[in-house]
Amino acid sequence: MLLVVEQFLNGLQFGLLLFLLAAGLTLVFGIMDFVNLAHGSLYMMGAYFAATFVAWTGNFILGVLLALGATLLLGIALEFVALRHLYGRDHLDHVLATFGLILFFNDAVRLIWGPAGLALPLPAWLTVPVPILPGIHYPAYRLAIIVVALVVALLLYIVVMRTRLGMLIRAGASNREMIGALGINIKLLYTLVFGLGAALAGLAGLMQAPILTVQIGMGENILILAFVIIVIGGIGSIRGAFLAAIFVGMIDTLGRAFLPDLLRQVLSSAAASTAAPALSSMLIYLVMAIVLVVRPEGLFPANRR
Amino acid sequence: MKKSFWLAGAMALALASPASAGDTIKIGFVSTFSGPTAVIGNDMRNSFELALDHLGRKMGGKPVEVIYEDDGQKPDVGKQKTEKLVQSDKVDFIAGYIWSNVLLASLKTAVDSQTFLISANAGPSQLAGDLCSPYVFSTSWQNDQTPAAMGLYMNQKGVKSVFLIGPNYAAGKDMLAGVKSTFKGEIKGEEYTVWPSQLDFSAELSKARASGAASIFVFYPGAAGVQFLNQYAQAGLKEQMPLYTAFTIDELSLPLQKDNAIGVPGAQEWVNDLPNEQNKKFVADYRKKYPNLRPTYYGAQAYDAAQLINSAVVAVKGDTSKKDAMKAAMEKADFKSLRGSFKYGNNHIPIQNFYLQDVVKDGDQLSLKTVATIVKDSQDSFHDKCPMK
Repeated sequence: MLLVVEQFLNGLQFGLLLFLLAAGLTLVFGIMDFVNLAHGSLYMMGAYFAATFVAWTGNFILGVLLALGATLLLGIALEFVALRHLYGRDHLDHVLATFGLILFFNDAVRLIWGPAGLALPLPAWLTVPVPILPGIHYPAYRLAIIVVALVVALLLYIVVMRTRLGMLIRAGASNREMIGALGINIKLLYTLVFGLGAALAGLAGLMQAPILTVQIGMGENILILAFVIIVIGGIGSIRGAFLAAIFVGMIDTLGRAFLPDLLRQVLSSAAASTAAPALSSMLIYLVMAIVLVVRPEGLFPANRR
Repeated sequence: MKKSFWLAGAMALALASPASAGDTIKIGFVSTFSGPTAVIGNDMRNSFELALDHLGRKMGGKPVEVIYEDDGQKPDVGKQKTEKLVQSDKVDFIAGYIWSNVLLASLKTAVDSQTFLISANAGPSQLAGDLCSPYVFSTSWQNDQTPAAMGLYMNQKGVKSVFLIGPNYAAGKDMLAGVKSTFKGEIKGEEYTVWPSQLDFSAELSKARASGAASIFVFYPGAAGVQFLNQYAQAGLKEQMPLYTAFTIDELSLPLQKDNAIGVPGAQEWVNDLPNEQNKKFVADYRKKYPNLRPTYYGAQAYDAAQLINSAVVAVKGDTSKKDAMKAAMEKADFKSLRGSFKYGNNHIPIQNFYLQDVVKDGDQLSLKTVATIVKDSQDSFHDKCPMK
């Protein structure tokens, strides 16, 4: 029973982390109609910035805040220099250009930081396990991820649903020409949205960094999951991304945790331990396929058109 | 116009080089040079190059040409690169191979073409057993050997029970089987994770804790070893469940694992401080040639692969068409291995010692140190299944 609670927390933590990544992706995709494969590179840059700034300042929180700012600026610069010239083109051009950016960022990182990767050590107060229920200790850092991600999700909700900027973002999502005709500076709005998406990706990357390592190409595998999430949740929908991310995080973690034992009931132990990891990594894609068949627009599509 | 002239010149040169193939010893080297585990491939290449320097870049009086190919840690890519080296480059030897699944995919290509293949790391059980071949030699180990040595050490320490975690691919299965073959305590559970994409081990660590086992054994080579140790420490398991490892802590992962690696024992056939002369020279020259880097066991095995190839080429005085004579020469293992001398079993897998290594502070850096010999002259348990006698 305690194990089930712990595994639920693991799933929630992973899901919330995926949400940060997927939220930026769905904003950019849904509002700007722009497919950004380089989102994973921004995730990687967030982690590299954090590792560098934390080592440089010697203070974890300060380094992380600097890294967030740096990723935001990088996102804005990227949009300004490269991506805004691509908005009118079709999706294939977006994919080609941003795939090129992935290669560019990977090699830039190799040049600047070297191929070996970096470590982002945690301060001592985050490395202790915290008792959350009698008998359950949970790593403090993973709890911190849950809290930070929930706060960011709430802030995002408030910004998008309750502020003028959010209103413009939602208006831009439903009708780009009209909002331009009404005298809103749509270019500036896009730059801001892209910067926000970049900062969210950077936040996900730097929060994942102490758990994993900071390394070249770290954003590529997880980006696929982020795309799965926005397909399941409905493109452009923050709420959809939130629910789908938690759903995917849970399926992934609980599948890994309990599928081997379930399979052992019907298969030999050796066959079960080989098949279970393969099956559990397929589960997410199975769910996506079912969603695409039953509700191609996603489970929680954004209200538009 | 000028450009096309140069291009034509370059093409003529490219066409001309295979014609001189008989005068050089051609070696193909397949390893991982891109992605997160590229550091391992780089270390192997560095050590292989150092071995060539030590040999005067000649073998049997002939200059050596090495063609490095990147497998990207993917079996299908490794197979393609092996085919390219064998069929279009027509190499005399092919060496390298970090990953067991890449080697298994590439094996048939090399064996069918009767090209000597020297595995400088991967040691899948199949290779030692029914897939053994006169054309395949190992300068590393069979996968089960190292964790089996760790199992023996755990018996010595009186460990009562263990929870096993490893990646779900050929080597991962061998490694966990290796511990099970010697460990006398109870196996409380075993978990396989998706390889190489799964980097978060929270679900597995939770299960290990819930199993009530007295200890954990893991096999996570490369960056995954850093991630596992991070998460193991963050989960607060370091005090509750001591960790035993194979191929998880090395000179490449140690700068990232830092204090998390202190007190975590590993088994290994080569450690940087083994006291033989050739090893002292290797470590010193490596650190001189590649400042800021330290050699790993991957590198030591690649260095040995170059020496093994040299011993074969010298025995036939550079005539690489004499395959039987080269095979006979290599079976003698007549070269100064960095681990000290060893013999080959009938399946061309080394019969060798395994050492206990520990992490120690070396100034402000961490380094690995030999603590004890766990087992002497260990032979893999699959050699009976190999039809070669």
